[in-house]
Amino acid sequence: MKYVVINKEDLNKWLEYLKKKARLYAPKKKENQFIFRPIKDVTEITLKYIPTILPPKKYYYPQKEKLFRFQAKPFKTGRAIKAFEEYILFAVHTCDIAGIQCMDVVFREGPEDPNYLNRKEKMIIIGIECLEYCDKYANCTSMGNHEPRGGYDLMMIDLGEKFILHINSAKGERLIHGLAYIKEADDKDMFNLERVREAKKKVFKEEFNASLIKVYEAFDKHFAHPVWQDVGRRCVACGNCTTVCPTCYCFDTTDEMDLSLNQGIRYRIWNSCQMDDFAKVAGGEDFRKGRDGRQRHRYYRKFKYPVDKFNRYFCTGCGRCTRTCMAEISLVETVNSLLVEEGEPK
Amino acid sequence: MIDREILLEKMKTSPYKPMRGRIIEARMLTDKEKFFRVELEGKINLHHEPGQFVMVSIFGFTEAPISVCSSPTDKGYFDLTVRNVGVFTDRLHKLGKGDVVGIRGPFGKGFPIDNMFGYDILIVAGGLGLVPIRSLIRYITYNKNDFGHVQILIGCKTPQEFLFKEETQEWMRRSEIKMNCTVDKADPDWHGNVGLITSLIPGVDINPARTYAVVVGPPIMYRFVIKELLKKNIPEHQIIVSLERRMRCGLGKCGHCQIEGIYVCQSGPVFDYSQLRNFKGECHEKAV
Repeated sequence: MKYVVINKEDLNKWLEYLKKKARLYAPKKKENQFIFRPIKDVTEITLKYIPTILPPKKYYYPQKEKLFRFQAKPFKTGRAIKAFEEYILFAVHTCDIAGIQCMDVVFREGPEDPNYLNRKEKMIIIGIECLEYCDKYANCTSMGNHEPRGGYDLMMIDLGEKFILHINSAKGERLIHGLAYIKEADDKDMFNLERVREAKKKVFKEEFNASLIKVYEAFDKHFAHPVWQDVGRRCVACGNCTTVCPTCYCFDTTDEMDLSLNQGIRYRIWNSCQMDDFAKVAGGEDFRKGRDGRQRHRYYRKFKYPVDKFNRYFCTGCGRCTRTCMAEISLVETVNSLLVEEGEPK
Repeated sequence: MIDREILLEKMKTSPYKPMRGRIIEARMLTDKEKFFRVELEGKINLHHEPGQFVMVSIFGFTEAPISVCSSPTDKGYFDLTVRNVGVFTDRLHKLGKGDVVGIRGPFGKGFPIDNMFGYDILIVAGGLGLVPIRSLIRYITYNKNDFGHVQILIGCKTPQEFLFKEETQEWMRRSEIKMNCTVDKADPDWHGNVGLITSLIPGVDINPARTYAVVVGPPIMYRFVIKELLKKNIPEHQIIVSLERRMRCGLGKCGHCQIEGIYVCQSGPVFDYSQLRNFKGECHEKAV
């Protein structure tokens, strides 16, 4: 059994069931935007949402993560997190799932990161496939993330009156097993799924003016392109773009002491390569001075360096960096400017 | 490849947790630099390569990457030398014999000593660059018959800033090493060379194909020294440098030390010039 269906009127019943299984995080509305939150009341969940302000990375790579507990005198270290708890990320877009896959590659690479791996181990992902664009900022089609490409336990696709669910793991199977209201998909459901996917092809078009391989080549050639100066001039170095990025993981460490000033916890906290002291050493030399170089670095960490290292683009196409940018720096425009010099506009 | 068994095992321990290191000796070398000799619990050896670094922790003040300046042939302890430049190092300078720090590491790639076997060695150290270089010099002097001619050039701004004065004098006395020192600005007590370290290079007598040049110093020094070494026809892959970068983890994750796609804490801090040359713009140490 690879596909099952659930009627929409049974969805809340299933969510109640999921909530009992593990802590449930899902998207809900916050003013005119959306956020992932722990869910108490399943009716708060919204399935039609544009990418949340922060990606679900805040749950598997927390903004402030306990690394270990320490005592200065006498010198002692100890575990800061006793047990990691199981949780379900519900209704995750395929772009954000791609982001989790990127993080997996990074933190599985030796030396492995136990904090991330432990949180990942306890994660259950239930995705939802987008059938239309969230807004004008997304570039998921160019990145190939507008369709599911693994990385989830269950994937939901809206077929009108019901959802069809793709089961992609034993973890996913366990969440639907033995429930009377979840039935095996029949031929008609499978036909409808195909129809929906066909219709989708008419909606989703590549957002960059060239194929991804051409984009890579453009990045390879254009380290000194004038677009970086242009982007640097507009950038205000606020770091919003890296904070909201599902594949940005740079961090700093900080110690917090209790009142005794003897015991405390070492944390790692999100940091941003857009901050002006990010690459500065104690002696004062700044190895990435200037907002142009720092913005270029961010882009190269999405379209060049991880491709060389992991054969994987670290842009998921979610559009968050563009959506959040106060200076209206657009990722699609920036990439397309690099391509124009190639003489290959569509 | 993911071996789940191995992964689950790795998830039980944390590479962020430091070991206990006790300071068994501490003294000021100059006004700004302090020397520490550190002993790990059970006097176990650090098992580092010359040129590697450790992350030193002071609880409440986080961590900093510090070069190990002793050789792995120095058993039962290791040495650090630290300039007082910020909040962390200021706190470290207040510690003395008997105090405890946290140690993680060693990290990164050290000097390619195995490749250097049988070659002549030209060492160029500027200012604080002598700190990581000391690990190599001590290693070479311990295993001297593995190497050919060894020449050492040391430069710093003023005679007061000379590090490891007694030790350098001892190196100076040794017959199997040729050593030369220079200062940018002399004082009445200085009887050695005066001038930039680059001025010493044209005069050194080397067989370039048989020579490994090891250069460590501030970014500006690399630009000019490497240029001189290339003029001497030393092959690019035999010019070895060690780079300083901001580092927060040592594990190739935190992002601070990146030069383009390379994490210096894992792939470096030691590089050869054929690697350095290919960096496009984020490497201040490239020859001019």
